[in-house]
Amino acid sequence: MNFNAIYALLLREAKIYFREKERIVSILISPLLFLFVMGRGMVSGTSPVPGYSYQQFIFPGILAMVILFTSITYGLYIIWDKRLDFLKEVLAAPISRTTLFIGKSLGGMLGAVIETLLLLIIGAVFILPLNPLKVALCLAVSFPVSYMITNIGLTIGAKMKSMEGFGLIMSFLTWPLFFFSGALFDISASEPYIKAISLFDPVTYSVDLLRIIMLGHGAFSVWIDLGAILVFCLATTIVGVSAFGKLQQEK
Amino acid sequence: MAAIKTEALVKKFAEVTAVDGVSLEITEGEVFGLLGPNGAGKTTLISMLATLVKPTSGTALVAGYDINRQSLEVRRQIGIVFQEPSVDDLLTGRENLYLHSMLYGIPRREINEKIDKMLALVNLSDRGGSFVKTYSGGMRRRLEIARGLIHSPKILFLDEPTLGLDPASRKAVWDHIRELKEAHNTTIILTTHYMEEADSLADRIGIIYSGKIIELDTPSALKKKVGQDLVFITGRINEEALRKLPFVKSVERENDRYKIGIVDSGKNLQALLNAGGDIAEVEVRRVTLDDVFLKFAGHQISSDAEEHAENIFERIATIKSARK
Repeated sequence: MNFNAIYALLLREAKIYFREKERIVSILISPLLFLFVMGRGMVSGTSPVPGYSYQQFIFPGILAMVILFTSITYGLYIIWDKRLDFLKEVLAAPISRTTLFIGKSLGGMLGAVIETLLLLIIGAVFILPLNPLKVALCLAVSFPVSYMITNIGLTIGAKMKSMEGFGLIMSFLTWPLFFFSGALFDISASEPYIKAISLFDPVTYSVDLLRIIMLGHGAFSVWIDLGAILVFCLATTIVGVSAFGKLQQEK
Repeated sequence: MAAIKTEALVKKFAEVTAVDGVSLEITEGEVFGLLGPNGAGKTTLISMLATLVKPTSGTALVAGYDINRQSLEVRRQIGIVFQEPSVDDLLTGRENLYLHSMLYGIPRREINEKIDKMLALVNLSDRGGSFVKTYSGGMRRRLEIARGLIHSPKILFLDEPTLGLDPASRKAVWDHIRELKEAHNTTIILTTHYMEEADSLADRIGIIYSGKIIELDTPSALKKKVGQDLVFITGRINEEALRKLPFVKSVERENDRYKIGIVDSGKNLQALLNAGGDIAEVEVRRVTLDDVFLKFAGHQISSDAEEHAENIFERIATIKSARK
């Protein structure tokens, strides 16, 4: 592992991230629609957690949604890098593929954490008052969650040849990950088949952990959530590093 | 010492053999031109030497390191300028060079000084702070060359470095390449399909066609193989008599005119015209690498085309049966 190189890769992502401000804003649009239109509009939707409104109930879920969408999109972006040859420069550099993978993952994490912070501020002002400790804990959770999801995106991106598959990934992976995570409803009170599928969804545990922090209510215990996220982090690292190891120039 | 030594390098992509058993040796400080038509295997060969593509079989030593087993060491010794621009549009020229320096492990306090030096070398000092997306094609190329050089590589790969450049930028790139060779003794491997480029820069030229090196020599020796000068004549020509002349290297008929390669036209032209028969028109010019290229690769291209036409049904049948 070459830390100088990881820092260089991270620096590049940070510079580009802050230069493309439209991207920061555009990623927040659909989560905000969910939060303010669906959250406020479903007045008849009763909150599964006593003492909180439906909008407050889905707020942790929408936070996880932002992390999910930002991280997957970032990961898939390396298809562009591949096609536009920006990736060649780093593939030819004297750094191992593990270093490259970790550098890219951390780059994606950076973006997701910034989006999380923005949404936390919006939410704390308009939806659910949060003390600084809760904000800090939610941010802390966003690190491993965005890491594992960026890994998934990067792994798929490394395997995919063209951007045409982007829409398919969004329909068949990203949205199901979101809907089965229990971001919009209480997992423990849902149909058995939804429960069964949601157990394999890494986002489920992320939503649950954020909900425990913000509302003090969750379907699992903190330790199960943390353990599951840790396992997903490790597994996606192993799979991702191996996918990057096979990455070759396609000519 | 050999900067690069390849042994029977082969790369196959599915049903296509891009590089077909290349064995060659490139000495330190040499400018080696790799010349060939599109799809001949130039880029694949370079990509294997730069450890970007794994060979199907065979191996190579680059700066003394094995490309199959010591890829990180190989990468530290080489610089590469790609055929398609790979500088980052969203960063400035300086930032591109800075990130590259960090990836190649240049100590941080030396980086800025090196960047200044490289930007001056490629005449981009005043534009270093601008975003690359505002650069012209020539400026991007020059930035790429600066990037390929900033970590002082022992061996530099230039894949079509002047593709799509205007004549002035092309000349600037050529001047940089010559300076590198003279001032730093850098070994340079250059692919191109511009004959004049290979002619004016390279110490030796390898002509690659269909994955094989079909000719390998100095530019002047290659030209001698065709003859030093080409004489084009039309009229009623006595071909037999021409072939018997000792200074005639080749006689070819192109429609109604003859293309004759001869040695030393100043001395021998008169004798040629005397022996030629009833001549209506004469044109004399020096042999260029284009002629060399057409002589060695051109024949193969036309004979390959015929062969493929005959065998195409057979090939389809084999591919289909192999899939079953």
